[in-house]
Amino acid sequence: MLEVVIFYLSALIAIGGAVLMIAQRNPVASVLYLIVSLAAQAVLYIQLSALFVGALLIIVYAGAILVLFLFVIMLLNLRGEHFEGQDQKVGRITKYVLSGLFFIELVIIVRQLAIPARTDIVSAQTATDFGGVEPVAELLYTKYLFPFELTSVLLLVAVVGAVVMARREKSEKQGGV
Amino acid sequence: MDIRSAAIDLGLISPEIIILASAMVVLLLGTVLKSRGLMAFLSLLGLVVGLVLVLQQWSQPQSGYYGMVLKDNFSVFFSVVFIMTAIITLLMARDYLIAKHIDRHEFYTLLMFSTVGMMLMAGSTDLVVIFLGLEIMSVPLYVMAGMNKIDPKSNESGIKYFMIGAFASSFLVFGIALLYGASGTTDLRRIMADFSFLKMQSELLLYSGALLVMTGFAFKVAAVPFHMWVPDVYEGAPTPVTGFFSVGPKAAGFAALLRICVYGFSGMAELTAVFWLLAVLTMVVGNVLAIFQNNIKRMLAYSSIAHAGYILVALTAGGEGAVSSAVYYLLAYMFFNLGGFTIVTIIDSRTGSNSQIDEIKGLAGRHPYLASLLALFMFALAGFPPTAGFMGKFYIFSEAVRNGFVWLTVIAVMNSLVSVFYYLRVVVAAFFGKPDQEFSPVSFSPALFIALLVTAVGTLALGCFPGYWLELSQMSMFPII
Repeated sequence: MLEVVIFYLSALIAIGGAVLMIAQRNPVASVLYLIVSLAAQAVLYIQLSALFVGALLIIVYAGAILVLFLFVIMLLNLRGEHFEGQDQKVGRITKYVLSGLFFIELVIIVRQLAIPARTDIVSAQTATDFGGVEPVAELLYTKYLFPFELTSVLLLVAVVGAVVMARREKSEKQGGV
Repeated sequence: MDIRSAAIDLGLISPEIIILASAMVVLLLGTVLKSRGLMAFLSLLGLVVGLVLVLQQWSQPQSGYYGMVLKDNFSVFFSVVFIMTAIITLLMARDYLIAKHIDRHEFYTLLMFSTVGMMLMAGSTDLVVIFLGLEIMSVPLYVMAGMNKIDPKSNESGIKYFMIGAFASSFLVFGIALLYGASGTTDLRRIMADFSFLKMQSELLLYSGALLVMTGFAFKVAAVPFHMWVPDVYEGAPTPVTGFFSVGPKAAGFAALLRICVYGFSGMAELTAVFWLLAVLTMVVGNVLAIFQNNIKRMLAYSSIAHAGYILVALTAGGEGAVSSAVYYLLAYMFFNLGGFTIVTIIDSRTGSNSQIDEIKGLAGRHPYLASLLALFMFALAGFPPTAGFMGKFYIFSEAVRNGFVWLTVIAVMNSLVSVFYYLRVVVAAFFGKPDQEFSPVSFSPALFIALLVTAVGTLALGCFPGYWLELSQMSMFPII
């Protein structure tokens, strides 16, 4: 019973945090709501007895990446008013209609889901210490070795791209062509 | 065809490693050495070595890294297309970059990173690797689009592409998550093997996942109604980059889409209707809007949308023959589209150009050979014989008819006729247009000459001797297990 209460509570906080995150004009508040959402998600992982994955979510996301976000936002001195665009009425309506339709679609999917169908797989995995350090490491260094290495390539590409975009060129300083 | 399997085998991914390594060498050397020509040469060398290594893998299907890498003829064929695209882009880009003062070694690095991403996309049946390949391909593209930082249009292009790309990726990831939820695996081969069981168990989840994945790729190949970003991005990006955009990512998107449709979702007959609609919309919107463009880059942007529509016709038709005709078309499209872009790049390299069709007026008087080549590429784009464009369309349309999609073919042929109008407009401007002022001559370099030679020979070879190339594209078909 307590488990169910905790599940629904943290699920609500996770979704609420995500909604509030995109509803904010102030980027700092957005990041804080994202941290709230991620913390609630970590609780969900821990409930699935995936302790290590939950801890990773807190340490890597809430701890490292989002703090980095905050730094960037503060360095750039971004404030809410930077994002006050002139919203066109048609665009706004389409936006809400399309997201509404997508939401309804997802609700239908979730309602009709045959979740018990895959319990065989899930229970087979949860039998061992699912989501612990050892199974995660084993998957990461065997089956997912190749994608794991690719992520480092992706990070390198992103760093190179960011530096290229951020660096001031000589031609820009002189006023350019 | 039996597939050799090994867990970890560096030889298997040696082309990717070589190109990645040369990208990093160029990145590091470029900070110490000032010679940008040397950097361009090193990049070219890396790409050529990669190409040679890829060709070694032809007809030796191998799989490795716990099934994450699959090097069959299909992936080799597409890898060759990607590397050729990168080589031609590199050859045509050099003079343009110098003329626009954006000749930086990072350009070559990013070009090679992007190529590796495409090769990874074509060389796997696992959705995780396909997704990572897509990101490794896309991130450099965003930066390359915004490379000309003092040009507001280039900035707009980069930002728009970045936003849309992130948006499209979110659809793709969400779709992959739903597919994983339905099947417990991200490997398309396993999804296909269990398909009838999965369909019974969680049909809705499977279909929603499939549709979301398709939406993600529809953004990448610029199918209507996911095409809104294309004209602005193509217009604003530096011209050689636009050429690269219109071929590389599109071919990579189609490679992944073909894999997914033939492996993963071959049991979903209902998707044919979705493809039918996408194909018709893409052809009609692309061709009709192209008529109204005065900017040649925007015109070619809409034309590239239309060509994606023709390839979607092949996807709708389904089956081995249709897939190999799509593969053939992508090879042909690479040659004549990049050829066209090479000439636009040459014209754009002149100062003060903003790529209007009027600027081509009088090209024939000054540079008759260049004008003839432009005519060749435009005829190929429009699908005249004896060019590659004609044979490509012919194979796709005949496969569509053979599979019973007569109306779709009629619409496609009519679209093809409409397209003649706007392609010929460029040719007419080049040959018969009176320039408003004296046509300022364009400069030529050996690199540009090679790029033009390769694309022109390719366009004619695929058109005049289609048998050999068609056989190659048929051989590139992966075995339908």
